[in-house]
Amino acid sequence: MKSYLYYPGCSLSGSARAYAASLGAILEPLGIELHEIDDWNCCGATEYLTLSPLRGQALISRNLALAQAQRDGAQTLVAPCSACYVNLAKTDRYFRENSEFRSRLNEVLAADGLHYTPGAVRVRHLLEVLIEDVGLDAIAAAVTRPLNGLRVAPYLGCLVSRPDLDRRWALHEEPRELDRLMAALGAEVVDFPARTACCAGHMTQISPEVAWDLLRRVIEPADHAGADLLVTVCPMCQMNVDSFQGEMDRHLGLRYHMPILFFTQLIGLALGRPAAELGIGSEVVSAAQALARIGVEVPPPTEPPVESGHEPRRQKRPTGLPMPEPLEVPR
Amino acid sequence: MTEPTPDLMPRTGVYVCHCGTNIAATVDVAELSHYAGQQLAQQGVVVSRDYPFMCSSLGQGMIEDDIRELGLERVVVAACSPHMHEKTFRGACQRAGLNPYLCELVSIREQVSWVHTDRAKATAKAKAIVASGVLRVGQQVPLEPLHVPINPATLIVGGGIAGISAALEIADAGYPVHLVERQPSIGGHMAQFDKTFPTLDCAACILTPKMVTAGGHPNVTLHTWSEVTEVSGYVGNFTVKVLHRPRYVDTDLCTGCGICEEKCPRTVVDTAFAAGLGYRKAIYRPFPQAVPKYPVLDRDNCTFFDNGKCKACEKLCPPQAIRLDQQPEEVTLQVGNIVLATGFEPFDARRVEPYGYGRYPNVFTSLEFERMSNASGPTGGKIVLRDGVTEPNAVAIIHCVGSRDSNFNKYCSAICCMQSMKFAHLVREHTDATVYECYIDIRAPGKAFDEFYERVQAEGTQFIRGRVAEVTDVLRRPEEAHQDGRLIVQVEDTLAGRQRRIPVDMVVLSVGLEPQPDAQATARLFGITCSSQGWIIERHPKLDPVATMTEGVFAAGCALGPRDIPASVASGAAAAARILGRIAQGEMALEPIGAVIDAERCSGCRICNDLCPFSAITFDAPAGLSEVNAALCQGCGVCVAACPANAISATGFTNDQIVAQIEGLLGDHVAVPA
Amino acid sequence: MDHTPRALFALILAGLRDEALASNTPWMCLSCYFCSVRCPMGIRIPDVMYAVKAIATREGIQPEKTGSDFSRTFVANVERFGRSYEMGLVAQHYLRHYPLRLPGLAPMGIAMVTRGRMGFVPHRIRGLAGLRAILARASELEAAQLETAQLEVADGHGGTP
Repeated sequence: MKSYLYYPGCSLSGSARAYAASLGAILEPLGIELHEIDDWNCCGATEYLTLSPLRGQALISRNLALAQAQRDGAQTLVAPCSACYVNLAKTDRYFRENSEFRSRLNEVLAADGLHYTPGAVRVRHLLEVLIEDVGLDAIAAAVTRPLNGLRVAPYLGCLVSRPDLDRRWALHEEPRELDRLMAALGAEVVDFPARTACCAGHMTQISPEVAWDLLRRVIEPADHAGADLLVTVCPMCQMNVDSFQGEMDRHLGLRYHMPILFFTQLIGLALGRPAAELGIGSEVVSAAQALARIGVEVPPPTEPPVESGHEPRRQKRPTGLPMPEPLEVPR
Repeated sequence: MTEPTPDLMPRTGVYVCHCGTNIAATVDVAELSHYAGQQLAQQGVVVSRDYPFMCSSLGQGMIEDDIRELGLERVVVAACSPHMHEKTFRGACQRAGLNPYLCELVSIREQVSWVHTDRAKATAKAKAIVASGVLRVGQQVPLEPLHVPINPATLIVGGGIAGISAALEIADAGYPVHLVERQPSIGGHMAQFDKTFPTLDCAACILTPKMVTAGGHPNVTLHTWSEVTEVSGYVGNFTVKVLHRPRYVDTDLCTGCGICEEKCPRTVVDTAFAAGLGYRKAIYRPFPQAVPKYPVLDRDNCTFFDNGKCKACEKLCPPQAIRLDQQPEEVTLQVGNIVLATGFEPFDARRVEPYGYGRYPNVFTSLEFERMSNASGPTGGKIVLRDGVTEPNAVAIIHCVGSRDSNFNKYCSAICCMQSMKFAHLVREHTDATVYECYIDIRAPGKAFDEFYERVQAEGTQFIRGRVAEVTDVLRRPEEAHQDGRLIVQVEDTLAGRQRRIPVDMVVLSVGLEPQPDAQATARLFGITCSSQGWIIERHPKLDPVATMTEGVFAAGCALGPRDIPASVASGAAAAARILGRIAQGEMALEPIGAVIDAERCSGCRICNDLCPFSAITFDAPAGLSEVNAALCQGCGVCVAACPANAISATGFTNDQIVAQIEGLLGDHVAVPA
Repeated sequence: MDHTPRALFALILAGLRDEALASNTPWMCLSCYFCSVRCPMGIRIPDVMYAVKAIATREGIQPEKTGSDFSRTFVANVERFGRSYEMGLVAQHYLRHYPLRLPGLAPMGIAMVTRGRMGFVPHRIRGLAGLRAILARASELEAAQLETAQLEVADGHGGTP
């Protein structure tokens, strides 16, 4: 059993309950133990820093300080939400690199008797932990129901490989880690160029026209590549692509039906867990049809399934002149 | 003759230079001169003067007169760095009959006036430095330079245009040249180009005559498909080992008929000469005008070396020249000087993720475009998409790929603006396509460069001042729907003040220049230094731009940093001129600054032998002593510091001198203001 | 977007403070960090955007009212409960800014609720008093720093922030 500190983030008990449920279902088979930080608070998403950088950083630092106090041997703080991950990782980095930042924030934390020592915990995203610590071989070995035939568009989203101030990722715009994980589950990974495009973040709340444009940029290439569904590692991406897809379709005159599931849900399916236990069925754009292709039964959807308006476009690669070999980048 | 100095200290003159206002504006030169004359009299100073430009003939004359009239035995000049004028003042001393090594130049410009603002503190520091110079030179003894003979043969590493230029200059002067090239043919990157900017001459037409001349020159020995493996010796007397990799062809018999290549059943992508855009056989000549004409067999891709079958080339070769059992061969060369013209590597465009090279078929690199536009290239000179047939309707050329970017290389690669505009011209010449040049700013400082910029503008190329954000095939706006299958170039047009999304069919990435990946290893092999990036460091960036810090090793072309063809040719010729001067002299004088081993004290422990970075110390086994080869020794002092028996001293830098120098710096006679 | 990021930075460097603060550009920033890995000068652009937004907010400049309102509502929830309260946030925000969007979004909203993805009860952390003390201390420090900066401007030592 590998043991980690765990910062779930607010959405895992709300809009991303399915993420929490599916994560819970795969922990034991993958040999992971999570210790939730007691009494953690919201990371502030992108909103708090907008109003006041110092208060925003203070909010984030309290979680780091709590993690340090409760670490009990564990060194890694795992965050499943990409926004939480970036906030925690960035703040820890600023603690390490900037002594003025460090002393100011510790002065603020002292108001509640807390303190954070830079580097006391190593902040990592859940995806990174599964790939690096558990390992693709071990995950592949645990697969009992390979996702053969399921065409998946690997949608990493923006905040896992960026800004990556510690330079842990070899590629920041076209990273292939999620592709490899999906392939280890037996899924067919489609060529998806928008893998780190932004899901629109809070634009769905403050500027819908901009948001629809950005959502289209994610959904359209997945559909064109013939994907059955998108797979994500981020509650925000899931929420935006899932719940605002209908609105986007209506306003842009499109008819997409592109389900989006958490990567933990697909891992769970591949490990043979029942769909209901993994929170499958709680998505707004139902994945039932897509999963039916590989024989997974999903609790009945509440709306009739919608046919996609587009024929999948075959990706054609011209063959006249040779193409350069892809760059080999060791992780 | 004048009064003797106290304690028989050597009679010393101190000369303080104002350097116009360079020194005088920050250091009180009159006070400094007065101080040296008064306070350092006990240390042997008998005369001290200041003068606006000590390096002028009048300034030098003043020193010469004093040496003659006052019987000076030592001279200290407080002026600029010894790098600038040490030779000048040593020359003055020599003319007046004083051993030139008894002159000490101390820097109060680079080390004082240019780096300080507080006049009082600067003057105090200058006093300390002058005092240290006076004490140090007092311990100096007269030295005589070493003379070494110069072997008239020259080694040139790298057969690109810079190396060829250097080789021909020296060979035409009548001296032997060994030209080593690791590719099967000389010619370098220039051989891959189609046209050259801004004159648009055909690259092959101007290069191949030079290649042919070099290949057939009685004074040039080509070592292609070869690499230097070992270098020893010193200026005038280098011993170099060169490894000839097997071509699997007997070049004495081969006629260059090309039948082996024609009959070879194995085709592979040519990532070298064709820049990945074309194919070649497993036995091949890289291009028709290759020099030498002999093919080379690529054993990694050869069926025979794979499974022992085939031998088509061997069976069908008319003169029976194929030698599948050929072995590598090492030759040893004796040369007097070396030119490193090892060139550059194009930046690997796959590293810039947002531009999609390697992901989008119709994103090309500049080198691919060169081959494509070349009539003897894989498309026969047609500008087409990766499918090999479709002509583009719109082409975007992106500047500064991998250059001027803290994520990759911070420097400007110097040639990309011009090459990009050449591409625009060629696209317009061959097709009806709209061409967009996306640039940060246009750098066209060479002869007729800006005129070429105007010409390309007049031809209708659209110039967009902005660094491209990304190349994508993800359509984002409803109005882009009809652009399906094209590439979108997203760029901020900083002149129009807006973001633009430009649909194009083809993108050409104008990639920057990088040092060879093994540049650091090459530097170690030849005992020279290169920057952390890998460009060779010149002895002086302005005044000695083709010499390295190691005597006898010169550099030319892009190995020194990005440059265009004329500059590469000029640097090759410049290096040749330096070497020809040496050869004409027959011998050269070396600074007598080096390590000397006191045989009485040497215990023969050999610690110094391995530490010496120049391999200048050898062990005389019968005598049980280590010995320094004076010509090889660069005077770095590593052995001096390491010797446990204190048996090694450095001439010009003896312990006594260094202690005296420290005493001068820290002495009570210098009052430093708080 | 009123200005491209580069143009916004040019305004800041030119000392055109009011124009920079009145630009809606930072409010359009999604902090997706493409810029920070692409920037050839290694500038942490999202941090600059946050800083401009924070200054504008402090000075009551609202080039983009919906965005700053959303941030305020979000923050108010966090300060009240210690965690984000999605239901409350969405309800408040949409009623104020997008009443007309609500009918169109109703099926989605219902789906979210029936699928258990929108809780009606906010979670309140135990250490709320401590968290508020931390935030209060941060506010004090920020105000003190601001005062110093303003004094410096008054003395003629300061420049454009």
